[in-house]
Amino acid sequence: MDAFTTHTGTAAPLRRSAVDTDQIIPAEYLKRITRTGFEDGLFVAWRTNEPDFVLNRPEYADASVLVAGPDFGTGSSREHAVWALLDGGFRVVISSRFADIFKNNSTKSGLLTVTLPQEQVEALWAAIEADPATPVTVDLQSKTVTYGATTVPFEVEDYIRWRLLEGLDDVGLTERHLADIEAYEARRPSWLPRALPVLGG
Amino acid sequence: MPKTLAEKVYDAHVVRSAEGEPDLLYIDLHLVHEVTSPQAFDGLRAAGRTVRHPELTMATEDHNVPTLDILKPIADPVSRAQVEALRRNAAEFGIRLAPMGDRDQGIVHVIGPQLGLTQPGMTIVCGDSHTSTHGAFGALAFGIGTSEVEHVLATQTLPQYRPKQMAVTVDGELPEGVSAKDVILAVIAKIGTNGAAGHVIEYRGSAIEALSMEARMTICNMSIEAGARAGLIAPDQTTFDFLQGRPHAPQGADWDAAVEHWRSLRTDEGAVFDTEVVLDAAQLSPFVTWGTNPGQGLPLTERVPDPADFADENERRAAEQALAYMGLEPGTPLREIEVDTVFLGSCTNGRIEDLRVAADLLRGKKVDPGTRMLVVPGSVGVKLQAEAEGLDQVFVEAGAEWRGAGCSMCLGMNPDQLQPGERSASTSNRNFQGRQGKGGRTHLVSPSVAAATALTGRLTAPADLIGA
Repeated sequence: MDAFTTHTGTAAPLRRSAVDTDQIIPAEYLKRITRTGFEDGLFVAWRTNEPDFVLNRPEYADASVLVAGPDFGTGSSREHAVWALLDGGFRVVISSRFADIFKNNSTKSGLLTVTLPQEQVEALWAAIEADPATPVTVDLQSKTVTYGATTVPFEVEDYIRWRLLEGLDDVGLTERHLADIEAYEARRPSWLPRALPVLGG
Repeated sequence: MPKTLAEKVYDAHVVRSAEGEPDLLYIDLHLVHEVTSPQAFDGLRAAGRTVRHPELTMATEDHNVPTLDILKPIADPVSRAQVEALRRNAAEFGIRLAPMGDRDQGIVHVIGPQLGLTQPGMTIVCGDSHTSTHGAFGALAFGIGTSEVEHVLATQTLPQYRPKQMAVTVDGELPEGVSAKDVILAVIAKIGTNGAAGHVIEYRGSAIEALSMEARMTICNMSIEAGARAGLIAPDQTTFDFLQGRPHAPQGADWDAAVEHWRSLRTDEGAVFDTEVVLDAAQLSPFVTWGTNPGQGLPLTERVPDPADFADENERRAAEQALAYMGLEPGTPLREIEVDTVFLGSCTNGRIEDLRVAADLLRGKKVDPGTRMLVVPGSVGVKLQAEAEGLDQVFVEAGAEWRGAGCSMCLGMNPDQLQPGERSASTSNRNFQGRQGKGGRTHLVSPSVAAATALTGRLTAPADLIGA
């Protein structure tokens, strides 16, 4: 995973609430078995059917920060939604509330999700709509979002922040605790089910 | 300190806990399907890792599978490649796979309980958000992303933060014709499509206790549609009766030991929930969604809402966007909405009881000539049982299509899809834009509303059929 320390870029205002992961990337794109190359599916229905959709507008074409309405990333657990946003050039999504699985997935691939109060989201929307070239800086070290003369703090779990700053994968970290896993396994009840061997019939 | 059921299950699976770090949770069962696993297996190979516990892992093919010609190779080369990747990965890593044509094949959340692999008090994960289904047995079951699939394959554990606790209490008796699907759609409409974010929901109360296992699975299945991390129900005699004798259920002395443990899996008196929601079962009626997320639902007796009536600006905008997509006018009675397609199936409502309810309404009648009805059993096991009971004949004689097992029209990954502009009444779980096919419009309903709707061609409650 790429480390995330700080990022500066322009931002696109996505004035929609409860954006589900089927909209971020529809199921037909999930048939692929690769982990990259999903940019063609990113918001494809809205990009195709709505000429004035925000990401179709040239002033937001190079945005790398997405500022969305509340409840971003609901629905399907598809991590492809995170991959598609990264492949589409986004490094940060800002919203007043995220769906749990999406938020969790984002931390595994280096996409930063920043939760801000809705009024801060509204203020940021106003700023980037007034001037789409406004640079927005998201600093994970200082846990702040800065644009123009405005700086607002955000919260993030210390552990998740550390992992993102270092670009660490979970599996390697967990393998350090193999002894704990083995100790737990030794005390599991013997009657718990196993899928193998195949039983019944 | 008194604990909730979810806290008991969670605490019993903590492998390691340290200040300032997520807990490491042990995973008892990992369910795998073809869509969210190929990149995880690639990750294992790239790092030279193996699957830590193949015997705690079970794979099936469900999302991509066609429901016609199931014994032929999949026609779509991209779908076929994905299914073939799972077959290669299962063989290479020694994982049990129920492929197309196998007697155990079916939707991942239907086969786990059917095989008896889903049991009370377990932790169960799958790269699929509807893993919450297994909570019906008092398991802590939740959907994960592909990176986490890789993590569980490699370590049989998952880093987790302790969830908040929500109680949804439904007391009283459900009126005739009102089902578990109506209960959960009403719950989601009440708390919103992400209203349970950060929480595990425990469903409780006399109306929940009276439900069959199939109905409990329908309720827990849609916990994710309220944004919950999981949903569960305390195991009881109904649960034990469902499990006893299933292929992977404990036997003999093990069964007795297991049941003794399972009986302790109840929320303690005095345990504290962070959030509580209460519904009166007697006040519920058949429910239907009008919008493009599962929280946008109303009783079938209502009318399409007017966005202007929503006080919150985000909700108003969401309603406007939803009605534009759905092609609906504010004020239209929901019962006047005509549909092109009725879909009965999915991990929400593709079990034997769902098929029986629908067959009872269709028996000796004909599906509306302008309406197509697809009946898709959730697994080969469900299909065989339905055929043994003659339900397939009821559907076929009514003019419905009887298909092979799979996810089918719940999501646009296989040939069963809506055409642009087509409208469905669907027993599945998501009415998102394009979910059932590009430009398709979905109204979520219960199996009995689906069957009644198939007979009239417009959204219909079973009670509306009397005298019709």
